[in-house]
Amino acid sequence: MGFLDTLLGRTKPVQPKLDALFSLPTAAVTVQAAMGFVPTGTGSVCFRPAEGRAFHDIEAEVRELLSMGENAAQIEVTSDSYGFTWLVCRHSSDDMEALVTDLHAVNLSLAEGGFGPQLLCTLVGFTDPRGRKLGIVYLYKRGTFYPFAPTTGERRDNALELEARGAIGSDLPIEADLSRWFPVWGAPGL
Amino acid sequence: MVRTRYAPDRGLQARMGLTMFLLGLVFVAFVIALVFILAAFKVGAGAIIFFAVLLGGGLAFGSLFWSDKIALRASGAQEVSPEEAPKLHGIVDRLCALADMPKPRVAIAPADMPNAFATGRNSKNAVLCVTTGLMRRLDDKELEGVLAHEMSHVAHKDVVVMTVASFLGIVAGLLVRFAFYSELFGGGRRGGDNNNGGALPVLLVVLLVSAVVYAISFLLIRLLSRYRELAADRAGALLTGQPSALASALTKVSGAMSAIPTKDLREAQALNAFYFAPALKANTVTLSTIFSTHPSLDRRLQQLSEISEQLGR
Repeated sequence: MGFLDTLLGRTKPVQPKLDALFSLPTAAVTVQAAMGFVPTGTGSVCFRPAEGRAFHDIEAEVRELLSMGENAAQIEVTSDSYGFTWLVCRHSSDDMEALVTDLHAVNLSLAEGGFGPQLLCTLVGFTDPRGRKLGIVYLYKRGTFYPFAPTTGERRDNALELEARGAIGSDLPIEADLSRWFPVWGAPGL
Repeated sequence: MVRTRYAPDRGLQARMGLTMFLLGLVFVAFVIALVFILAAFKVGAGAIIFFAVLLGGGLAFGSLFWSDKIALRASGAQEVSPEEAPKLHGIVDRLCALADMPKPRVAIAPADMPNAFATGRNSKNAVLCVTTGLMRRLDDKELEGVLAHEMSHVAHKDVVVMTVASFLGIVAGLLVRFAFYSELFGGGRRGGDNNNGGALPVLLVVLLVSAVVYAISFLLIRLLSRYRELAADRAGALLTGQPSALASALTKVSGAMSAIPTKDLREAQALNAFYFAPALKANTVTLSTIFSTHPSLDRRLQQLSEISEQLGR
């Protein structure tokens, strides 16, 4: 925020950065090679619904858009306890490209409708043969990623997260400020 | 391609700019008046003015630098960890990610009065504080609205802006006091001390000018405070996309506020400028809107319904 913005007390809503998502397929290969984690084929977009008809219409449009076509993804919409909406897409686990394309379509629809600032994060799920779970979270406003590894209850496996940071650090821009690695408990698709 | 629904309130920005300009004007006029008075009487009341500026500056700087600690101490609030208040931290985390802001510290004050405040000289030292009464009365959506309002105060650096704006008032207030006391004590000595004779009218004039400046700056600062509240409401509502949730929180908090015993309110009044809604009795709000730190409930609700209409289009 500039000096004048501070002086006049105005905040412009932050627009999301969308393009970094396309480096996810490369990172998925790295995660698989380095850590033995495979994609679950599930990804989700999390956003804060705005009140009013305009947003409602766009949300309906997005759902319709994603369920069209031959190999359309399975779509599921859930709402978490913080009032955020999670739009979950399921593809086959080896088709990371299709998943990212779908997620990008959601982002683009919202941004074109003027609701880009409502986007919170995107989450792509991974799992390993031992049943451990790992999510890679994309922060729209920062344009950065961070790993999130929930274990049982509301606990997270920090060691695994830091290991993942090392593995994907060269493929993805990692969020440097650890206080922004907020936990997304109960995120669908993990 | 990427559309924005953000529509700035230019009227509000213009009024805020004008208020600050007037404050600056009063400040310059005050300094010029003091210089003229001293020059005209050819005497040194300079020491008094020097000390008033020094002390006023010190007070302003101190309250700015330790604003977080002072406010937490005064409200009896305790900082809480994510484990102690997972819901509150979760909401703040998400708001920070939406607004692309660093996360402030989070505190809870054990008070039944439903309120919240944000303080700290910059976003690195910011603290968000809510009372237990607020968390008990509001649902999650409303709580999010209140927190978004407070985070907007942090983003707008309102603590710094209001402290700088208050500096003039503090100095003028100190001058009134100093001039008054030196009148009182200096007056007793005057009989045997002729050298000091010229100081009496000077101090009287300084007292008069300072009192006028104090009154004007007081009103302007209150006006500025009301505009900053409206700006924070606006930014907070746009951040969550839920102006109606904030409106509902405001209605609840204002309703509960006027139903609370007076003793509690008088204790809380010193903290008013920081609060989400002012702790005043209902009848005093209608009586003197120009002295109020916050806009009236009607004014705030009206703005929020305008934003709601704008979002739905």
